[in-house]
Amino acid sequence: MLPLIIKRLGIGLITVIAVSLIIFLGTKILPGDAAQIRLGQEATEANIAAFRARLGLDQPYYLQYINWLFGFFTGDMGTSLASDKPITELIYDRYENTVYVATLTALIGVPISLALGIFAAMFPGSLYDRFLTMISVSLVASPEFLTATILVLIFVFGMGWGNAVVVGSIEGKGFFELYRHFALPITTLCFVIASQLIRMSRAAVLNVMNSPYIEMAILKGVPRRRIIFRHALLNALGPIVNVVALNLAYLVTGVIVVEVYFGYPGLATLIVQGVQTRDFILIQGLGMLFCLTYVILMLIADIAAFASNARLRHPK
Amino acid sequence: MAKQTHKDEIIFEAKNLQISAIRDDGSELPIVKGVDFNVKRGEVVALIGESGSGKTTISLASLGYCKPGLKFAGGEALFKGQDVSKMTTDELRPIRGEKVAYLAQSAAATFNPSIRINEQVTEAPILHKTKTKEQADKKALELYHALELPDPENIGNRFPHQVSGGQLQRLMAAMALCGDPDLLVLDEPTTALDVTTQIEVLKAFKAVIKQQGAAAIYVTHDLAVVAQIADHIVVLYNGEVKEAGPTDVLINSPQHPYTKRLMEAIRPMPEAGLGEDVGDEHLRDVPVLEVNEIDAGYGKIVNGMPSSLILKDVNVSIKRGKTVGIIGESGCGKSTLARVFAGLLPPANGSIALDGEVLAPSLKQRSHEELRKIQFVYQMADTALNPRQRIGDILGRPLEFYHGLSGKKKTARVNDLLEMVELPSQFAQRYPHELSGGQKQRINLARALASDPEVVLCDEVTSALDTIVGANVIELLKRLRRDLGVSFVFISHDLSTVASFADEIVVLYAGRVAEQGPTDQVLSPPYHPYTRLLISSVPEPRVGWLEDMTETKEAVSGISGTVDIDAIGCPFFKRCPHAITGTCDTTAPPRQIDNNNHIIECHLDTKDLL
Amino acid sequence: MSKSTSSSKITGKSSSKKTTAKSTVEHNHFVAPYDASVSFDELPDAPQPSKFRFSFTGWVGIIIVTFWIIIAITGPFIAPYGENDLPFPDAYSEFQVPQPGAWLGTDVTDRDILSRLIYGAGRTIGIAFLATTLAYVLGVILGIGAAISNPKVDMIISRINDAILSLPTIMLGLVVVAAIGSSIPVLICTAGVIYASVVFRLARALGQEIMVMDFVEAARVRGEGLWWIISREIWPNARMPLMTDFGLRLIYIILFVSSLSFLGLGVQPPQADWGSMVRENLGALQYGTSVIPVIAPAIAIATLTVGINLIVDDVSAFSGGKLSKRL
Repeated sequence: MLPLIIKRLGIGLITVIAVSLIIFLGTKILPGDAAQIRLGQEATEANIAAFRARLGLDQPYYLQYINWLFGFFTGDMGTSLASDKPITELIYDRYENTVYVATLTALIGVPISLALGIFAAMFPGSLYDRFLTMISVSLVASPEFLTATILVLIFVFGMGWGNAVVVGSIEGKGFFELYRHFALPITTLCFVIASQLIRMSRAAVLNVMNSPYIEMAILKGVPRRRIIFRHALLNALGPIVNVVALNLAYLVTGVIVVEVYFGYPGLATLIVQGVQTRDFILIQGLGMLFCLTYVILMLIADIAAFASNARLRHPK
Repeated sequence: MAKQTHKDEIIFEAKNLQISAIRDDGSELPIVKGVDFNVKRGEVVALIGESGSGKTTISLASLGYCKPGLKFAGGEALFKGQDVSKMTTDELRPIRGEKVAYLAQSAAATFNPSIRINEQVTEAPILHKTKTKEQADKKALELYHALELPDPENIGNRFPHQVSGGQLQRLMAAMALCGDPDLLVLDEPTTALDVTTQIEVLKAFKAVIKQQGAAAIYVTHDLAVVAQIADHIVVLYNGEVKEAGPTDVLINSPQHPYTKRLMEAIRPMPEAGLGEDVGDEHLRDVPVLEVNEIDAGYGKIVNGMPSSLILKDVNVSIKRGKTVGIIGESGCGKSTLARVFAGLLPPANGSIALDGEVLAPSLKQRSHEELRKIQFVYQMADTALNPRQRIGDILGRPLEFYHGLSGKKKTARVNDLLEMVELPSQFAQRYPHELSGGQKQRINLARALASDPEVVLCDEVTSALDTIVGANVIELLKRLRRDLGVSFVFISHDLSTVASFADEIVVLYAGRVAEQGPTDQVLSPPYHPYTRLLISSVPEPRVGWLEDMTETKEAVSGISGTVDIDAIGCPFFKRCPHAITGTCDTTAPPRQIDNNNHIIECHLDTKDLL
Repeated sequence: MSKSTSSSKITGKSSSKKTTAKSTVEHNHFVAPYDASVSFDELPDAPQPSKFRFSFTGWVGIIIVTFWIIIAITGPFIAPYGENDLPFPDAYSEFQVPQPGAWLGTDVTDRDILSRLIYGAGRTIGIAFLATTLAYVLGVILGIGAAISNPKVDMIISRINDAILSLPTIMLGLVVVAAIGSSIPVLICTAGVIYASVVFRLARALGQEIMVMDFVEAARVRGEGLWWIISREIWPNARMPLMTDFGLRLIYIILFVSSLSFLGLGVQPPQADWGSMVRENLGALQYGTSVIPVIAPAIAIATLTVGINLIVDDVSAFSGGKLSKRL
């Protein structure tokens, strides 16, 4: 098993390098010159040259790349073109908001979705199962902003929770206060991940439930509860952990739309602003951060799948 | 026998039992159409029939269980007088696994891969509170000993993937017996096993059933196996009982035509000299296909040898119009040899010749004409036919490709081919999934014959088929060989099938030739010890054969031993009753050839092998 | 023994209805009545597969999708106004409520929402369809190519593909749009290339699955060329699963393009597109009198994608439900 994990880590590392190359080269094919954009049409040639030298843009691409990558991993992502502030500072101001939303979503959304999905798999074809499948199918196929809009209608107009967007300091607040604070973005994101999570966890358990050893357990007179919790879940655990990690990775995508929708000052709105102002240094840094998170979650998903496989844990 | 003491206690009785399948549109399709039989204490009742006869469905009914998509449609399934077909899951729970235990065909799929073996073996009695954990563990340990499992003290702590297939099959028996059931249901428990492993498992089952004094329902399609283990036989066809009676009566004087056909389908082991004679007019020709000193395998080539060597130093020559049978256990390299012939696996060393001329080792370098002359027939008819092509197109393509036929000529030839394999010409319009397994295998053969080949390579073509269907395919092959004068290479793990069909036999063991020669020579003494083991492992449809067989010294040493692929000396060393330590395990055995071209590779003198 | 055999043969031939109980007394031996002329044919292997029929939900899906396709094609002819026309040029006011003349009300710059929705249908569906087609052309050619090419080439293509797959799609979209700017051709190409990596993985897996089947090997042993093997052996078997997946990919691409538009990085104003309509009118939620400007385009997207999903579900359930595992 260890060689497998090492191999997977190696692939992860190669992926990170490939990703950094894609992001770096992607921002390099910008038609406009970064210095030109920053300094405007009136800038003199000398000014632009000086600016380029300050950013290191006069160096060959491979040096720029190495400097950038080294900077990224040592916490120096350069200076924003749009606001002249260090990227790390911009991220520092906002990362808490995004981390809170993502963490709360995971803490609330994952257990509930898993419970719903596994429960549906216990009674396949039942009214509950079909209802849940219908809901999750519709949710998978709906854009995040529809879910968000419906929630706004329910919470803001229906229940009179006041402003759709409530953001302030989050320090010193309890769990429930925090939830109310972030209610709409979190609930929306919960629905976003729940749709996939319910479908996939249900499929994972159902897949195991159709195997001959479950039939054997039925024929041994094993009670239903024990069949589910001892015989089925043990084997579905790997796929389920895998599904959870994959869905947390989906959060990376979902969070962008949701933050923009609610005008929520997180990292995702920052990167969208970066794209609009063509602040390529910001895009490089933040894009790399998002992709790194995503790659790490995928890595965890795969390692979890290895770890829950009895064949790999107990080799011959 | 335990049977005498409780003679009249009926453990299970099916009364006009009916089971239906529920189709997509909600209508019901009868699968079991009113079946009656009973099982008394101490008795083993065999349900025998082809796939589709409803035998597994009936056996599961004794546990009050129907597979998803099926339902009880009438009649009664009485376990000790209670109708289990009408009980709820909760009511059935104390019966299942405790009073009635089930053994499935594939132990590998039946054991939960994530739970240690012992927990699974002792689960039922502990859950049903008929045994404490200590009692159950003790019982399991006794069973491990009784079933002759290696390292019985520790085997329960392993995970299912850590033990071999034959061991797992026996562990499943332990799982079934741990709760001291009154009725055992065994669903083809030995079908997936090699002949030698099958004997070992059968022997263990029989002993344990007798010891426990339980009743058993044994489901199988193999009459020869049934003769060894059953007291009573129920013959099923299409969900109906065709004949039922005591084993000796049914085996010795079957009445119903269907039972007779089942009996005929069992090929008795031909005595020496019974290999079919096909006339010798071509004998002096050069061999059609020949391989010389072939080494072949997979993986990277290191020092001229592949890292995983499958075949070593194999010579086979196929004479025109003759059949060469290649036999051995699974993993012995017989399919690899077929792939070498076909050019799918270029050998690492050695040469191949077609009609006396050197043939390129790889498919890509062979000419159109060379490819035409060698045709391959696959084991699994299901995957060998493209599901998206009609039979007419499947058969028509080689005609077009090799002979340039088209239009009416092609259609006429396709019809000829269908007739040749005894199928109606309308089949040309059908798709493979509309055919049964035997019919698909016939199409598979017809496709090979479409190119007018000189050699047809048949890789286990009857192994996936039921006994009767397989026997019909063999009959067809014999007729085709007579009519067409084509040479066949017939690969099988079933010695009796090979023996009934081949002129020459090659016995492969761990990728090496153990014995080779004309069929009657190979099947008569002197034998290679491995050939002797194979011959004695072919089940005979006679009561008492199993006991006789397991007492032979080949069986004693050969059945439980393991194959040693990387052996320096003789690969059969660990399983050989005549093994000479110091010689057989260190030096490769010499090749001994007598004047009939009969080869035996053994350290022992042929006189000692008589 | 031989006597009893012959006697029962006679009974069997003469009367097919009675042979049963006679011997039962002697040996507990039961023989079913039989007609000697009846041969015992091989029993059918598996039940015949049932014919494909759309379920009720499948038909609902077909109706919804057909509706939107008709709207998309005939859009400019049936829309009451042009996409940037004002229905009430004399009474300018943003977010007007539904009323005769503007059945869904007006948007942030007082344009007719119904007309923009109809124009947007063509643009959203058109972009998504073209992008999916591009993804399929690229993905299937490369995927099947990788499956049949030698292991080294396959490994190189697959590794590059894995790197693209291990990025969040929307982030890739952001980077590309930031680099080249947004226009409809850029949008189609971006979505097409990004999703080609998913199609590649599926096509390659399918290709490999089919390549190892015995019937492909049989074709190779026969000496068939590469083109025959691809076009006659692999493609007919890969076609069905790929077509089902096309529907699913279309859903994801519709959502992807709409999300980009919603972020302001897709279809640019004043052109109408469902995603950008939500963005433009987001203000309606805070101080608008009507939520229709936001919810109408969002519902349009959802009905279309759910409709496609209903059709895909039916088809994949028929083809063995295997597809759900590939999702």
